[in-house]
Amino acid sequence: MQRQLANMKQTLFDQGYLDEQFIQLEELQDDANPNFVEEVVTLYYRDSARLIQNIEQALEKSPLDFSKLECLMHQFKGSSSSIGAKRVKSECTQFKEHCRVGNADGCKRTFQQLKKEYATLKKKVEVYFQFARQIGPVEKACRSK
Amino acid sequence: MNLGVNSMSVTTSSASWKSGDAVSDQFPAGLRVLVVDDDPTCLRILEKMLRNCRYEVTTCGRAEVALKLLRDNKDGFDVVISDVHMPDMDGFKLLERVGLEMDLPVIMMSADDSKSVVMKGVTHGACDYLIKPVRMEALKNIWQHVVRKKKNEWKEKDAEQSGSVEEGDRQQKPTDDVDYSSSANEGNWRNSRKRKEEEDDGDDKDDSSTLKKPRVVWSVELHQQFVTAVNQLGIDKAVPKKILELMNVPGLTRENVASHLQKYRLYLRRLSGQPQNGLGNSFLGPQDSGFGSISSLNGLDLQAYASSGQIPAQSLASIQAAALGRVTNKSGISVPIVDQHNIFSFDNPNMRFLDGQQHHSNGKQVNLLHGIPTNMDSKQLAALHQSGQPFGNTLMNVHSQSGQSNSLLTQMVQPQSRTQMLNEVGGNPVLNFPSSVGQPGLSQPIPGSVFSRFGMDNNVRPLTYKSLSQPTSVVEFSRSQGMELSGNSIPLTSNSGIPSYTSKGTTLQEEVNSEIKGSRGFLPNFDAFNELSQNRTDTWDLQNVGSTFETPQHSNVQSRLDVPPSVLVQPAFASDHRNGHLRTTSVNKAAFSTATSLGNGTNFGQQLTPSHADSSLRIKTERLPDMGFQNSLFPDQLGQDDLMSTLLKQQQDGLAPVENEFGFDEYQLDNLPV
Repeated sequence: MQRQLANMKQTLFDQGYLDEQFIQLEELQDDANPNFVEEVVTLYYRDSARLIQNIEQALEKSPLDFSKLECLMHQFKGSSSSIGAKRVKSECTQFKEHCRVGNADGCKRTFQQLKKEYATLKKKVEVYFQFARQIGPVEKACRSK
Repeated sequence: MNLGVNSMSVTTSSASWKSGDAVSDQFPAGLRVLVVDDDPTCLRILEKMLRNCRYEVTTCGRAEVALKLLRDNKDGFDVVISDVHMPDMDGFKLLERVGLEMDLPVIMMSADDSKSVVMKGVTHGACDYLIKPVRMEALKNIWQHVVRKKKNEWKEKDAEQSGSVEEGDRQQKPTDDVDYSSSANEGNWRNSRKRKEEEDDGDDKDDSSTLKKPRVVWSVELHQQFVTAVNQLGIDKAVPKKILELMNVPGLTRENVASHLQKYRLYLRRLSGQPQNGLGNSFLGPQDSGFGSISSLNGLDLQAYASSGQIPAQSLASIQAAALGRVTNKSGISVPIVDQHNIFSFDNPNMRFLDGQQHHSNGKQVNLLHGIPTNMDSKQLAALHQSGQPFGNTLMNVHSQSGQSNSLLTQMVQPQSRTQMLNEVGGNPVLNFPSSVGQPGLSQPIPGSVFSRFGMDNNVRPLTYKSLSQPTSVVEFSRSQGMELSGNSIPLTSNSGIPSYTSKGTTLQEEVNSEIKGSRGFLPNFDAFNELSQNRTDTWDLQNVGSTFETPQHSNVQSRLDVPPSVLVQPAFASDHRNGHLRTTSVNKAAFSTATSLGNGTNFGQQLTPSHADSSLRIKTERLPDMGFQNSLFPDQLGQDDLMSTLLKQQQDGLAPVENEFGFDEYQLDNLPV
């Protein structure tokens, strides 16, 4: 079971969904906070939903306010990077670049892509955490780094 | 280990390290960290990471709250970690404020790793810059910044006290003591308090290694001396050694002067950075040499004074505006005049700034302006700003300066006795307002300008009253000061004594205020002013004052509350600029009611809300009369104390008893957040 969990995680890493930062979070997990990572990721999804909405609204305006978009995205990127959401983060970077050059279409396209990655990651980590909970603290010992 | 020793001394010596003793042994464990970030995810992660490092963590989602926390617990934290991009306040602004008010090491962090942003962090005085996502390793070593800072402080102290009984020295020269408490003591807000603390600490310190340094409190007088010395040498040529010689203050070390100079330079730079003054920031322009501008201002001021009576208020405002750089011509007052103010303010602010963000003793003065404790530190200023007094802004700044300027101003403002008080309070040397300032008769007194500059502006304020317009300028100055002035500057405007000016002044103030606000410290200044002015205006709700002052930790601030509510209003102004946190609106309202003539208020509006600004401006004018004490303050540079008391007296006359809490002493410029 633990091995399975480890594999799950490894896959997520291999596929580029998560990066090193996620490991940092795991390292913070301890007996006092056994579900720290899950808590943080949940917090992230909750808070970032608001950001996503703001960006969405901003994208509907015309003409686009690129600096505002860039600013919103910056926040979102910061959040995403702190939980190690690698793919989401790279979409953010791309989005910001489109903003910088004023590419409205690019922004919209990238944003759609971003939302997809965001949703995919959410599902995947949910499965992961569920599994981890089932396994229990033992999982910690098998954490693969 | 050496480190351990340091920490020990740090903890023991720095009075501020309340928990020092307890943690000294396990340093860096127990390090008290304040984390500010609007992103809850990051905040949570950081908190956990820091806890894992065995640090004591306090988290904050908003900069305003963080500032309040810091102010309320002066010695409660050792280091601050802040995000750069935050919705309610720019991280760099927070950085400045903290540096000025509390002199704590601040670490910036951001997902943005572009060179320009990192550079900005450096120029604003950040100890370090972390790129998000932050790793545990990066956080593990943040204690080094705390130690480093403390060590530097100690070194200075040591140097100055080599061998001598530190405590003894300290105690004996409380005023001269340089309070460089590592724990970023509030600057000198509570100089008096600190002194006591120091005395106590001194004992401790004595015991510990020579690392302990008595803190040097940059009182208004001291700062004034400093500024004078720097001016004499010329900002470019001002080297600590020469400054020290010129100052000829026993017990002061070259290191003390050096660090103060650094802060001062930063202050000036910041001031000159304020470009827009519309008014003619010419003097502001020269950033690097704040002095340069100051001198120019002085010259202008003199002229202004000369023509005082003509547009005192305006000039002040303009000057302030100029000084503030912000003055977006709100008042439309002749810019040139403002410049003058600026000069003044510069002088004063210099005093203050050098302190760096601390509120040096000057700060104390400034606050005095209206009784607003110059010590108001940015906090106070902020509080003041909150009052939303447009006037206050400038005044506030002035206050910060060290009251000295206030005195100058006050003198100038004659009618405004109040303003004068402010000036005097500050004893801002900078106030130099043109010699004329000294004369009460100066109608123009640049007080405003003076004040604004350093925050000492407070002093300036009084003067400005005359011109009312001037007060605004004062405000501006305070801006640079960051806060303290705000309180002071405002009063000037309130000197309704100058009816004609008032209107002008108000505008200036507003402008100034806004500017002041920008300068961080401004906000508080306004409060000071507001207070002062408030005394007079009945309409002024002291409450406002109270609210605004809350931030300023100094009790002075509170005392200011008694002072005309107008004072409070002012701060509000200042705050607008900067952070808007000063809720000047509350004060402004009061201002509104009272000030009707001002009309200029709108300009200030920045914080206050344009409408408020008008009223606030107006109020200011009204207040001026109350400020009567300013008039009395005229005495040339009363010492801060004198000023304070005078102001206080005035205030009392005007409104509520101005508790001597104003104690400008306390406010010392040190407190003035640079």
